[in-house]
Amino acid sequence: MSKLLEDILVLDLSQFLSGPYASLRLSDMGARVIKIERPLTGDICRSLYVSDVRVEGGESTIFHAINRNKESFVADIKDEAQREQLKDLIRKADVLIHNFRPGVMERAGLGYEAVREINPQLVYAEINGYGEAGEWKQLPGQDLLLQAVSGIAYLSGNCSDPPTPMGVAAGDILAGTHLVQGILSALFARMASGEGALVQVSMLESLIDFQFEVLTCFFNDGNRLPQRSAVNSGHAYIAAPYGIYRTADGHLALAMGSVPVLGKLLGCDALQAYAQSSDWFSKRDEIKRIIQQQLLGRSTGEWLKILEPADIWCAEVMDYDKLTVSEGYAVLDMEQSVVADGKAVRTTRCPVRVDGELLKSTKGAPQLGAHTEAIKKEFGLGKGVYMPEQLK
Amino acid sequence: MHSPLKGIVVLEFSQYLSGPCAGLRLSDLGARVIKIERPKEGEAGRKLAIEDLWVDEDSLLFHTINRGKESFTADLNNEEDRRWLEMLIKKADVITHNFRPGVMARKGLDYESVKKINPGIIYTEISGYGNEGPWRDKPGQDLLAQSVSGLAYTTGNYHDDPLPFGLAIADYLCGNQAVQFILAALIRKRRTGQGAYLQLSLLETLIDFQFEFFTTYFQNRKHHTRSEFNNGHSLLSAPYGIYKTSDGYIAIAMMPIARLNEALCCDELNGYKEEDAFARRDEIKSVIARHLLGATTQQWLERARTFDLWIMPVLNWNELKKTETYRLSQLTQPLGLRASRAGTKTGPPPAETPLGDAKTGPADSETSLADVKPELAGTNAPPLIAEGGTLLTTRCPVRINGQVFFNSDPAPAVGEHVLKIRSELSVKL
Repeated sequence: MSKLLEDILVLDLSQFLSGPYASLRLSDMGARVIKIERPLTGDICRSLYVSDVRVEGGESTIFHAINRNKESFVADIKDEAQREQLKDLIRKADVLIHNFRPGVMERAGLGYEAVREINPQLVYAEINGYGEAGEWKQLPGQDLLLQAVSGIAYLSGNCSDPPTPMGVAAGDILAGTHLVQGILSALFARMASGEGALVQVSMLESLIDFQFEVLTCFFNDGNRLPQRSAVNSGHAYIAAPYGIYRTADGHLALAMGSVPVLGKLLGCDALQAYAQSSDWFSKRDEIKRIIQQQLLGRSTGEWLKILEPADIWCAEVMDYDKLTVSEGYAVLDMEQSVVADGKAVRTTRCPVRVDGELLKSTKGAPQLGAHTEAIKKEFGLGKGVYMPEQLK
Repeated sequence: MHSPLKGIVVLEFSQYLSGPCAGLRLSDLGARVIKIERPKEGEAGRKLAIEDLWVDEDSLLFHTINRGKESFTADLNNEEDRRWLEMLIKKADVITHNFRPGVMARKGLDYESVKKINPGIIYTEISGYGNEGPWRDKPGQDLLAQSVSGLAYTTGNYHDDPLPFGLAIADYLCGNQAVQFILAALIRKRRTGQGAYLQLSLLETLIDFQFEFFTTYFQNRKHHTRSEFNNGHSLLSAPYGIYKTSDGYIAIAMMPIARLNEALCCDELNGYKEEDAFARRDEIKSVIARHLLGATTQQWLERARTFDLWIMPVLNWNELKKTETYRLSQLTQPLGLRASRAGTKTGPPPAETPLGDAKTGPADSETSLADVKPELAGTNAPPLIAEGGTLLTTRCPVRINGQVFFNSDPAPAVGEHVLKIRSELSVKL
């Protein structure tokens, strides 16, 4: 079986996470992804968006996770000669991705209209923070800031907690995912029309779509704002018992289910008073408090032995130390080793299986400009491309 | 480009959110999405409500997830129904399902069987935890997948109990991952004629979602810890987080301590160097938190704009709706409900007996395709929308050539399109 995106060439001018997450997935599907980076510093993810764990003195683990299976080509788009070389590369490309603020690419002569003239078949894909209208259009799209304005911070945690952001960059990852959906739709349509397209996603649109279920409630229920439960909050719009609870030795998650049935299994008579399913929402705080008190009495393992055979929706809450030594994790074969600058880096793989196969590759994240010369030669680009000092 | 996926037929054997949100996006982009449902009751998600909101016989939630789709019912034990279904499968490009492992095989609808009917099919299967191993039969439910995947240790502060995301991230992202791979498989199919077998799970989706955290963990096996205060992202240094001001909250993204100090005029920060941003993260955050209480959100935002700092206000939806960005971005769309659908009943059926109860049949009962899950509380609440009314919902987040994709056809009634689809199949045969 051939790869899904065999022979597709992607030029990725984007930085941080949103655009690079899109190109990561395209590379998993078999596309060839070349990062186009500025001289000396490259993708800001090499310096500003970092964890405190570096891979042997180089970039942080965050950069390595996002940029495996890609090549790096250095070009200064503000320099005319280098920009012309980049344009030569664009002539050969199927997809171009960027996530600059609105106007940056246009000022460099690389806006969609200009690029379409040199490659009408190109799918030109861009992510910005807030779209192209309104008071925020010039502001950079940053994950936490988008979570802040989109209302998402009022969905997690308990009602007395301050606004609580989701602790993973959901806005970046979802915008990247939506961008890939647009890119592939456009590539698909191109096979019939022969024409490229402009694909646009804003992180705000992505986070609105992520909230589509609860926003649709808000739009139609008289604009009631979400009410997180007082304790053990799992989802502002869902009834008891939905949430995470302490047990004698850890934590147990309980999803939706009948409160009296749960009460019987837990040996908790107080829960029998909530026979009406409408009470499970309107009285969820008191119900959750009763459940919490009861669950403290035994270990997570003991509760699972009682609840799982009765098909109650429950699970042990695990951290990485527990998860990564479990058999359920081992059978997924979720890890892979890639080689970056001669060093092995352990990371995760693409989450999707295709035709029964895992999509893995040993190619690690590139050093800045590592492939500039080879790509120039391969594509017959002009000589004299700027070489960053450290690579000479 | 009005509809990039025009002409593509998707059969959705999926229920609830993960599979159906994939179908929703494919429908937004122009594909024809047909829900394959059991007769009478239809998909189990019809009876799953949040906030106890109902439109007609079906929940508002169902209407939200299933706009723009058609419904075809089939009793798989009835030979005639089965023949119609096989004819439909021959015409389809894509199948999605999210039943527990083994259910589709028992119905003779697993990939190997379907491939015999239609070798070019793109068959997409979503499970909770994969098809092998000790967790394969666990229910594929969002909160549980979050809990198993370690995700509950990313949100909230150090002393909090594990805290889940307050949205169904596993279902939603898994469905969106599926869309990407379905599209890539459609591209390959158009080039080579090959079909594809795509397999996803909620757990793998959430591990990929945390790929930065896992990759960091693999280097030294040291578990990341949420900051003691104002946690925003446990891999990132101070000041990253949400902070209280004298009249609200602001979010501060990553930035050098010196620049922040310059903008906020916080003398206490003078004692900290950039290398302290990780090592003394909690201490720095508490200094910033105290300082920010001294002025209003608006005052801090003005400082931030002057210094081009990454700071934004924390808004709720009412506040967001008032912004110019929101108003100018066409972020919503009306769903026109068919007159024959809206208000036909005075509410959902009483739900004192949840669907998960044994009386309604086990998950794999012989006559049902449904992987029944217990439903949320339902009452006799009156329907939200009057006959012929409209619902307001969101829209597809992707724009192509400047075009916003609206998809304002309502969700279908159970079996609403059976006759239409059968007559189309008869004509073509």
